[in-house]
Parts: sequence; C-alpha cells; structure tokens
Amino acid sequence: MMIKRHKLIYWTGFSVVMALLIVAPLVLPTFWQKFLTEILIWGLLAMSSDILIGYTGMVSFGHSAFFGLGMYGAAAALLMVAPPNLVLALAFGLVAAAAVSAFVAYFSTRLRDIYFAITTLIFSQIFYVIIFTWTEVTGGENGLSFRRPALGIPGLWTTPFTAETMHWFVLAVVAGSYLILRRIMHSPFGMVLQSIRENEPRTRAIGYPVERYKIVAVMLSGLFAGLAGVLYAVQNRFAAPDFVFFIVSGDAVIFNVLGGIGTLVGPIVGAATFLLLREGLGRLFGDQFPYLIPLGFLFIVMIIFLPQGLLGFARRWLNR
Amino acid sequence: MASALAFFQNFPIELFIIQTLNGIVTGMILALIASGLTLIFGIMDVVNFAHGELFMLGAYVGVLVLSFTGSFWLALILASLIIGVFGAAMQVATLRPLIGRDPLTTILATFGMSLILQNYALWQFGPVARKINEPYTGSFHLFYLEYPWYRLMIAGLSATIIGGLWAFLKFGKYGIWIRATTQDRVMAQAMGIPVPWVYTAAFGIGAAMAAASGVLFGPLVGVNHTMGLDWVLKAFIVVVVGGMGNLGGSIAAAIFISLLEAYASIWVSPAQAVIVSFVVLILTLLFRPTGLFVPTPK
Repeated sequence: MMIKRHKLIYWTGFSVVMALLIVAPLVLPTFWQKFLTEILIWGLLAMSSDILIGYTGMVSFGHSAFFGLGMYGAAAALLMVAPPNLVLALAFGLVAAAAVSAFVAYFSTRLRDIYFAITTLIFSQIFYVIIFTWTEVTGGENGLSFRRPALGIPGLWTTPFTAETMHWFVLAVVAGSYLILRRIMHSPFGMVLQSIRENEPRTRAIGYPVERYKIVAVMLSGLFAGLAGVLYAVQNRFAAPDFVFFIVSGDAVIFNVLGGIGTLVGPIVGAATFLLLREGLGRLFGDQFPYLIPLGFLFIVMIIFLPQGLLGFARRWLNR
Repeated sequence: MASALAFFQNFPIELFIIQTLNGIVTGMILALIASGLTLIFGIMDVVNFAHGELFMLGAYVGVLVLSFTGSFWLALILASLIIGVFGAAMQVATLRPLIGRDPLTTILATFGMSLILQNYALWQFGPVARKINEPYTGSFHLFYLEYPWYRLMIAGLSATIIGGLWAFLKFGKYGIWIRATTQDRVMAQAMGIPVPWVYTAAFGIGAAMAAASGVLFGPLVGVNHTMGLDWVLKAFIVVVVGGMGNLGGSIAAAIFISLLEAYASIWVSPAQAVIVSFVVLILTLLFRPTGLFVPTPK
C-alpha cells in the first residue's frame, strides 16, 4: 500500500515538473529560455558524474574530458558531413566519449578514493593539452564552430531547430537519461555499485569483481557526460578547449554537492542553483564581480554543515 | 640504422647540458611544492587542492613585500610566514570540522578554497602579470648562453629548505610529533600528542613551503592568478609517481619528471613536453601504482 502511494506521488511529481518544463519556453523571455536549456544540459553532465560520486563513492574530477570529447565528436560529425546530421553528431560524440572514458576508466580505477580523483583530473588535462595544441585538427585555442543540424531523422522527416524545439529536444534527452539512469541504479548492477560505495572490501569478499564494476560505472558516467557535451555543442554551435579544462569537472562536482549527491535529480537542482546565483550576483554587482568567491564559501559551508545537499532530505525517497 | 646514427651525430649535446640544468632547477622548485603537498597528505590523508593557490598567493605577497621594502630576502621570509599562518587558519576553518569524515570531503573543501583564492587573486590583483626582480642578476657563460646565476640559486635554496624540513622532521621535537602522527595517529594521540594541532602545524608548514617556492619562482615568469594551476597539476603527478606521502620519493620524482620534460622540449614545444609527464604517470599507474620511488610493498 505504501509502495503504491509512493509511486503515485513520485510519478505525479515527475509529470508536474515535466509539464512545467515543457510549457516553460512558451512563456519565458528569450534569455531565460536559453538559460533553462543550459541548466538542463549542465544538469545532465552533473547527473552523469553523480553515478560516480553519489552511487559508487568515487569523486571524478575528469568529467570535462568526457564532456569535451562529446563536443568535439559532434563537431567532427557536423563539419565532415554535409548537410549536418543530428544522428551522426550524437553517434560520433557518444563514440568519442565512450572511447575516452574506456581509456580513463581502465587506468584510473586501479586507484581508490583520492588517488582516483587526482588521476581523473590529470587524464582530463592530458586531453586538454592534446586538444589545445593539436591546432590543425581541433582548431587549438579558437576551437571549432559549425552549423546546427536539423532536428529529426534524415531522409524521413526534418525540421530546423528553433529555440523551443531545441529546448524540448534537450528536455527529452535529459528526462530520458534520467529515467534510464534511475532504472540502472535500481537494477542489480546499480545495487552492486552502491554496495561498493558502502563497503568495498566486503563487496569484493562476497565475490563481485569490483574493478570491472567500477570500469563499467566510469564508462556509463562518461557516456552520459559525452551526451551532455553533444547537446551543448548542438545548442551553441561551437566546440572550445575551455570545455575540456578541468574547471568544468569542478563545476560538475559543485553542482552535485549543492544539489545533493546520490539523488540524480539533485545535481540538476544544484546546476540550477549555481547558475541562477551566478546570474543573480552578476546582475547585482556587475559582470566583473568574482561570483566564485561567495559561491566557493557557500560550497565549503555546504560540505561542512549540509553534506547531503539541498535535496539530501529526499534522498531515500527519490531512490525508492 | 642510418637514421639512428644521424640522430646521434646531430645530437645537440650543448643544448642537452643546458636542458639538464634547467630540468634540475624546475625539478627543485617542483620538489619544494610537492614535498609540502606530500607532507600534508602523509599526515592527514588530505589532498590539498588549494596548494597551487597558496603557491600563487605566496608569490603575490612576495610582490607586495618587495614593493614596500625592496628586499627580496625579506619578501621570501615574510611571504612564507604570512602564507604559513594563513594556511594554518585555513586548515582550522575548513578542514578541522571534517576530521573523521570521508576523506573525499576534504578534497571538495580544498577545491572550494582554491576557487575562492584564485578568484580573489584575480579580483584583487587583476589579470596582468606582476614581476618580481631577481635578487642577483649576474650570469655566467654556458656555451652560447648567458646562464643566470639566480637559477642555480633557486635550486640551492630549494634544496636548503627541503633539507631543513628533513632535519626538522628527523631531529626536532615537533618534527618527531609529526612523524609519530603520520605513523599512527591513534597511538600518537594516546601518547599525549595534540594531533589536531599537529595537523594544523603540518598544513601551515606545507603552505609556507608553497609560498617560498612561489617567491623563488616569481622572477622566472610573471606572477599571475593562474600560475598555481600548472604547478599543482605537476605536483599531483609527482606525488603519485613518487608514492603518496613519501617525501624522498616525491623529490626524486620531481627531478626525474622535470628532467624528462626538459629533454623532451629539445624536440617538441614545451606545451607538448607536458605529455611526457602524463606518459610517465600512466606507465606508473600501469606497472607500479604504489609509486616508482618507493620500496616494493611486501
């Protein structure tokens, strides 16, 4: 009876939020429309890193590499094939992100805890240096810019992206990713990840090949980070090395801590909070205001006093 | 074969010697940064993400003291002291509440600190690089170069500071406290050592060393708000390659990696030479994840 009621409330809440997000671009002014779309994209990136931080207990500082490779993969597809093709962009971006995350996962999962965080950080810097210096292919510091593909399945039906359809497309991808990730985290595989978080030696003693699970977790996480990268590339029509820099990974971690790790929706709330605070501070004190100083203090205070994040109170409930 | 022979015939032996010198100099600075990092890590399992920012702030304090007093040596000492005290205060404010919590939270807290400090420096000092003048401008002939004596002085001073740390840890009363806490913090606590204060002191010492290396390194390049970033990444690589928490290993790894990078930049651009240290890191992780310069664990 309880479970049924929980399900009812959960899906009602989900539908209400979805309905609001679907209607939002129709009523919001242009600036906030784009802002909301970006929140969703950054939220997807943060959600992907939540698989590691919140569910497996590994803090990754290397998500910028997956995000960036998704971007550059999409850029490659959009620049090489004319007319630009959305499906190809998605495929290229995901393959690039998957390849990179397989590489990073293979090496970095040999180490635990802090060592994992540092090695992922260093790996993301490797890709940053490669992309930054390999000017002939990646455009170096200037990055690449390209035309936006049309929405739809080429050959069957296409329509050019407008701000609204872009938002709905991103929303569909993010919501779909959320449902898939939620399902995965409820599956036996997700349960093993959570048991690694709770007690790694015991999980190993029971007989689970912990390393293999961790590698798959990093790859899964990297894949969805790459998806976020593709969405960002398609929305903004450029790929730049700045997005491979580890600051982006740091942002993803901040989103997680602000919103609440281990909840999947928390990181999206965190991204929204962070971006809104940044925008608000920028408007109050001018563009030059170092918004990261107050946000950094907020971040530290949250870690010390509210480590569960804004949605921490609902963590058990959301994962039921 | 012929190409290999040509390689050795055209081998730039003079450049090679110059790069050896350069590699040792940057290696000593790196060792100074990394030994602070590894001291902090060894004693309290905290990876100090803000270490590069302490290095950068040290350089800025050096710039300020230098502009007021004109004395490089005073700048070096004052910057170390001020940043040392600041680091200790930072530890009390952000890391002490986290003692006993998941060590991952400490990475997050120091990461937050690094964001604050870096943006503070940008806000306070602006994006334009500041200059620290060399305290000694003499140079000597090295093949076709005028090699500044100051660079060798950096290496010597770094070695002195690291040697001082080693002697302090080996013989000083409080140094012995630090080593005891590193070995077994519960037992140290039981013996009456104030472990939380030892943590604070070790963090302060690490911060002071970072600041000293910032001031020493300042004259070679400009001082700006992003200078900490490159160095902290290199220091992380060094600390992993040298074996986490292992002081001797970190110093050896710092010189090893800096030499490799210096040699690599004979043939490729310095930006690409960084990849060499990444390769060393990957090979280390692959074959010896406990670190290159530590005894094989039994």
